[in-house]
Amino acid sequence: MASRQFATFEVAGQLFGVEVHTVQEVLSYSEYTPVPLAPPAIGGLFNLRGQVIAAVDLRVQLGMARKALEGQVMNVILRGDGEPVSLVVDRIGEVVDLDDDTFEPPPDTLSGPTRELVVGTFKLDGRLMLALDVNQAVDTQRATT
Amino acid sequence: MEDLGEIVGEFLMESHENLDQIDRDLVELEQDPNSRDLISRIFRAIHTIKGTSGFLAFGRLEKLAHAGESLLSKLRDGVMPVTPTTITTLLATIDGVRSILASIEETQAEGDVDIETIIAQVNAQMNAGEEAPPAAEAPAAEAAEAPQPLEEMPARPAPEPVENQRKPIGEILVETGAAQAQDVGSALAQQIEGDERKLGTILLDEGKAQPAAVNEALQAQAPKRSIADSAIRVDVDLLDTLLNMVGELVLARNQLVRGVMETGDATLVRSAQRLGMITSELQEGIMKTRMQPIEHIWSKLPRVVRDLSNGLGKQVQLVMQGKETELDRSLLEAVKDPLTHLVRNAVDHGIEDPDQRVAAGKGPEGTLTLRAYHEGGHVAVEVADDGAGLNVERIAQKAVENGLLRPDQIPNMDRRDIMAMVFQPGFSTAAKVTNVSGRGVGMDVVKTNIESIGGAVSVDSTPGEGTVWRLTIPLTLAIIQALTVDCGEQRYVVPQVAVLELVFIDGQSTKIEYASGAPVYRLRGKLLPLVRLDRALGLDVGADEGVYIMVLQADGRRFGLVVDRVLNTEEVVVKALNSRFKDIGLYAGATILGDGKVGLILDVSSLARRSHLTADAERQNMEASSRAGKGAGSGERLLVTAVGERRVAIPLDTVTRLEEFPRNRIEHAGSREVVQYRGQILPLVRLSHLLGAYGEEPEGDNVSVVVYSEGARSVALVVDRIVDIAENSTTARRDAEEDGLVGTAVIQQRVTELLDVRRAILAADPNFYTDLENDELLVEA
Repeated sequence: MASRQFATFEVAGQLFGVEVHTVQEVLSYSEYTPVPLAPPAIGGLFNLRGQVIAAVDLRVQLGMARKALEGQVMNVILRGDGEPVSLVVDRIGEVVDLDDDTFEPPPDTLSGPTRELVVGTFKLDGRLMLALDVNQAVDTQRATT
Repeated sequence: MEDLGEIVGEFLMESHENLDQIDRDLVELEQDPNSRDLISRIFRAIHTIKGTSGFLAFGRLEKLAHAGESLLSKLRDGVMPVTPTTITTLLATIDGVRSILASIEETQAEGDVDIETIIAQVNAQMNAGEEAPPAAEAPAAEAAEAPQPLEEMPARPAPEPVENQRKPIGEILVETGAAQAQDVGSALAQQIEGDERKLGTILLDEGKAQPAAVNEALQAQAPKRSIADSAIRVDVDLLDTLLNMVGELVLARNQLVRGVMETGDATLVRSAQRLGMITSELQEGIMKTRMQPIEHIWSKLPRVVRDLSNGLGKQVQLVMQGKETELDRSLLEAVKDPLTHLVRNAVDHGIEDPDQRVAAGKGPEGTLTLRAYHEGGHVAVEVADDGAGLNVERIAQKAVENGLLRPDQIPNMDRRDIMAMVFQPGFSTAAKVTNVSGRGVGMDVVKTNIESIGGAVSVDSTPGEGTVWRLTIPLTLAIIQALTVDCGEQRYVVPQVAVLELVFIDGQSTKIEYASGAPVYRLRGKLLPLVRLDRALGLDVGADEGVYIMVLQADGRRFGLVVDRVLNTEEVVVKALNSRFKDIGLYAGATILGDGKVGLILDVSSLARRSHLTADAERQNMEASSRAGKGAGSGERLLVTAVGERRVAIPLDTVTRLEEFPRNRIEHAGSREVVQYRGQILPLVRLSHLLGAYGEEPEGDNVSVVVYSEGARSVALVVDRIVDIAENSTTARRDAEEDGLVGTAVIQQRVTELLDVRRAILAADPNFYTDLENDELLVEA
């Protein structure tokens, strides 16, 4: 049985996961530079060892209000296409090994922006993890309704 | 074998450089056929190629180079005159050499480049030269005898040296006429008999040759060594990496210096200062390694111009000015193709045939001028011809045919705007398609390429006098001098090259004033248009006092940027911003500030553009040109509308959009009329009511409105009809007598009223200029 490793994290109480190989690192950071007139999903820019990284607010991408970037905020830094990009999340979870047979397509009742970002559902013990489409999740040009 | 690979690589690189030089020299030689220096230089270069190719066993290449060399030796010895035909033959030879080299580079083999035709051509030239010797001058005839024994050189007693990659020094000395063949022969004989002195030394000792000539021959023999002594080749990637690392070092230094200053430890401060100095020098050095004179990409152009003009039967003189202007090599690379295209285009379309030129009262020879110079943090590169100029009518007509413009737009368009249509994809006005240009590909590619490196391209042309294509290339080097400023709670970075001066606004002796809602400042008596950075960034708009105005220059236009505080100058490393921020257009990049936070670098030109300033600049240009032309006054562009029986003009640059709404979408909120528009509630004001122009309500289901926006706020002015866009070029003007108007003028032969925009906006939305939230307005309304 094929299994995949997922890095998990929470946003607004929901557990999400991305495949481990797409993640460069996870870190908390407190200084963000807002970008006026940028798409709303851009939380800000921060300095990762001399590199300028855009932090994408996953809440906005999921159709929720912006997260206040105050104090230490967790970033899941994805390798991205050519340059790293960060997803701002609430809390970091564990890295889990998931068998493909625990996978199901997203439920039909799931709608709205979340539906576009999610490729499927993994049934974990006691809770569900939504697997994110990494490219969609960091696409800030998406019309967020 | 690996060693050989490396040697071949070096040979290729060196040969390419040599060939470029030969190209240039040959074209120059055509202009100056008697220059022995040039011939010798070409000869030496091709000789080196021949020698090395022999050593590397590239037989065909050697053969071809040999043919070229033989022809050259005839030229050098004066047996044959330098004619355009010989130059063409030699250029063909060089091209042959180039194709073989390309083939070697690709496949490690010489391939099947057709060298026989070229060699036959060369031989034909040489025979022709011998059959019909040049107007026999005595020295030429004398020289004609001299090379004869040379042809028999291989038969001389000297054995072929083992390292046959070099031409024997004796041969060179004889060829250059510095020594007699028999002297060399006897010196060689001495060597064979056991004389251990070098050949040159023997000749010198015996007084058979001049020291200078021997030196020159030695250099000719081993040019590789002399270059290798003074220069090495470095991989560009390595330089890029070094540059990045220096960038990081500069950052680390800035942070360290800041920290050390706080500790106040004198020894530490001194060390930090020293570190600072060394870093600066290192940075400067690294930057220098990446800078190359523009000559580098210009060097191929004389050849391009020559071939093209010969092919087209035109006479073109190429003038280069400012070839020492330096540019970062990555930019240089990006500019190369667009520049070549512009040059080809200028020769093909710009410069006329000789008879046309004569008919137009010009000399038969056209001049193509390449000009490069620094201008305000940019490098400008111009390609100027003195040809017929662009045909604006034809471009306009073509643009209409291609559906790029509507016929009714043309009369109101600026000449330069029409000319700029040539940068549209698929646009070509060439009457006939040649293999050079006229196929409608090119100018748009030029534009795209230049814009992709953050540059700009423009064209200006005077009928009958010529056309100037102008590339403005940024000096976007990775490290820039910048001013950090505060706006709201954030810090921004402004490139220092754009900053002319700073003015503190205390609200007393210096203050911001408003001209119909547009902020201005009186800078030494002249009005300086202002851009509020907070407003441009869509932030809360701050006070007009206790702020700074940065007087900036962009796109040839001055304006003032209002910021809260100016902090200090810093060297910052420009980091590219992700493409997701490109659309905003306000940022040139980002950087890491001294405190480790990310700072956004403002794009000054786009700030100017965003604030309608460029439109003003064009207007000014137009004014200037029309003043120069006819002496007629010219003014702002106006949107002329019909309100009842009256014509009302609105300055175009205050207009955000023109819209039409279905009449039934107008709703009422209190006493006001509003309409839902892009998720906003847009207050309407009917100009007919405002101006008391009660005419007939126009028929139709739609109403025309002029939308005016500032920040997040918009109002709509309802008019009966949009009439036209016109220029206020009239002098007949009276000041206003009526409320809501600033004056009356004659526009397009009709009396037209000029609207007081600020007044009209306030009528629609009394709170427009105060910063209330939209929903508060709703409550009030």
